[in-house]
Amino acid sequence: MGERSNPFWRSPALVGIASLAIAFAAVEILIHIGAINRYIVPLPSQVLLASPRIIAEEDVLGRFLTTAGEAAAVGLLLAAIAIPLGVFLYRAQIICAAVESWVGALAAAPLVLIYPLFLVIFGRNALTIIAIGFAAGLAPVVLKTLEGLRATRPVLINMGRSFKLSRAQQFWKILLPSALPSIFTGMRLGLIFGLINVVGVEFLINFGGLGQLINDLAERYDLPAMYATIGFVILVSVLFFAGLERLERWLRPVQ
Amino acid sequence: MAATSTIAGERQRSAPAFARRVLATRVAIAGGVLVLWEGLARSGLLFEGVVPKLAAIARGLAEMLATAAFYANLQTTAGEVATALAIGGAAGLLAGLLLGASRFLGRAFEPYLYYLGPTPKIIFFPIMIMWFGTGPGSKVAMGAVSCFFPVALGVAAGIRQIDQVLIRVGRSFRASAVQMALKIYLPAVREPVVNSIRLGLGVAIIGVLLAETKLSNRGLGFMVIDSYSRFDMPAMYALIIVIFVVAVALNAGLSRFARDRGRSQTVWTG
Repeated sequence: MGERSNPFWRSPALVGIASLAIAFAAVEILIHIGAINRYIVPLPSQVLLASPRIIAEEDVLGRFLTTAGEAAAVGLLLAAIAIPLGVFLYRAQIICAAVESWVGALAAAPLVLIYPLFLVIFGRNALTIIAIGFAAGLAPVVLKTLEGLRATRPVLINMGRSFKLSRAQQFWKILLPSALPSIFTGMRLGLIFGLINVVGVEFLINFGGLGQLINDLAERYDLPAMYATIGFVILVSVLFFAGLERLERWLRPVQ
Repeated sequence: MAATSTIAGERQRSAPAFARRVLATRVAIAGGVLVLWEGLARSGLLFEGVVPKLAAIARGLAEMLATAAFYANLQTTAGEVATALAIGGAAGLLAGLLLGASRFLGRAFEPYLYYLGPTPKIIFFPIMIMWFGTGPGSKVAMGAVSCFFPVALGVAAGIRQIDQVLIRVGRSFRASAVQMALKIYLPAVREPVVNSIRLGLGVAIIGVLLAETKLSNRGLGFMVIDSYSRFDMPAMYALIIVIFVVAVALNAGLSRFARDRGRSQTVWTG
């Protein structure tokens, strides 16, 4: 109990960071004393030192922009195709009832596995990567758009009717603003799946941005740089994820 | 309310008619897709072989299902996925229980899991090859790493969501620790635990199969990439159909098992 009065133990975040630092220090020591093979796990200090090298020599920032561009293309395609598809399904009740469970099943299918098929259709280029990212993000955006539109409060729809709003006005003034938070949640999920698949397929087909760099460095057996790049990808993913989450929270009170 | 209740009322009144129209629409869409596919295959608009004729795919599927190699590869992949699920699921379950039961541990370490969860796990594959070799070990490790995160996060959230009333009822009956675990905690977390294992299974399948497509000489993932390199498109489509059907059926089965008296929920897999 005595340790709880220490301010350190009262801050879980500090304990988390300290544990991480201790884990890295332990790995460093274990490698130094030979308990871990340094040809399999590089020294954490070497990985840190490799970070400037991957920026200067491997153009990690340029590759980041390539990956970001592909993810942005996925986002644009999702906004341009998946959201309207959700709206269409909301309007077309019969078709919606017929295919909604199919879209749900699509969300559970390991879609990324069709990348060899896309390689045949589009070739080994950015189109394959974007197509896989789009396919992976499609289902959540469609389903969340549908969910948001369905959750529109009936009192708002009735109010629109009492004002004799046209179908288009009803959509732009009532349905869409009401469904926006849910649509944004769908876009966030779609973008996350998109990014995961973009980096994954880059790695698998050895083409494009950050994913290819990891594959390249692994093939060159440049372990410190490979670990540093993996760390960089994790950092980018975490920032992207946290940023989207913050943006969503910031947008929510506007509804 | 009026609009929704009117639609609901109409649906109730003409439920069989609505169901018939839905069925007809499903048949029409599925039929339309098949006709379109066959039309595309015969049109010559696309590069030959990219869209094989339906008969060729059916033949590919039948031939594949008749070979012993398919079952050997299926067995390899199933074994890898099961081992990955056992290792990653058990580790995730343990981590989830610890993080869910202790607020302090949860606040100290859960953010790392939460933010590491949506990172692309396949980028760890080169590390797994270094650590576990090019054989099934690295595929199992990929599956286990993929599976760990959804299970840990789902179980932690499930533990935290247990209704406090249930716990108080158990205590007021002076239930022992074992009784509390068996009668209160386990039944209360059944749904989130099974759901998180369902998610874990989905990503473990993806992790294992992707790893097999990258570097392997057996397993269904290897078969997919092998049919790609031989440009045997009917075989590739047949494999993809089998993998999708198995993955979706497993997901639906576990989802049904987790569901509590018709209560459904949509959870995302990545």
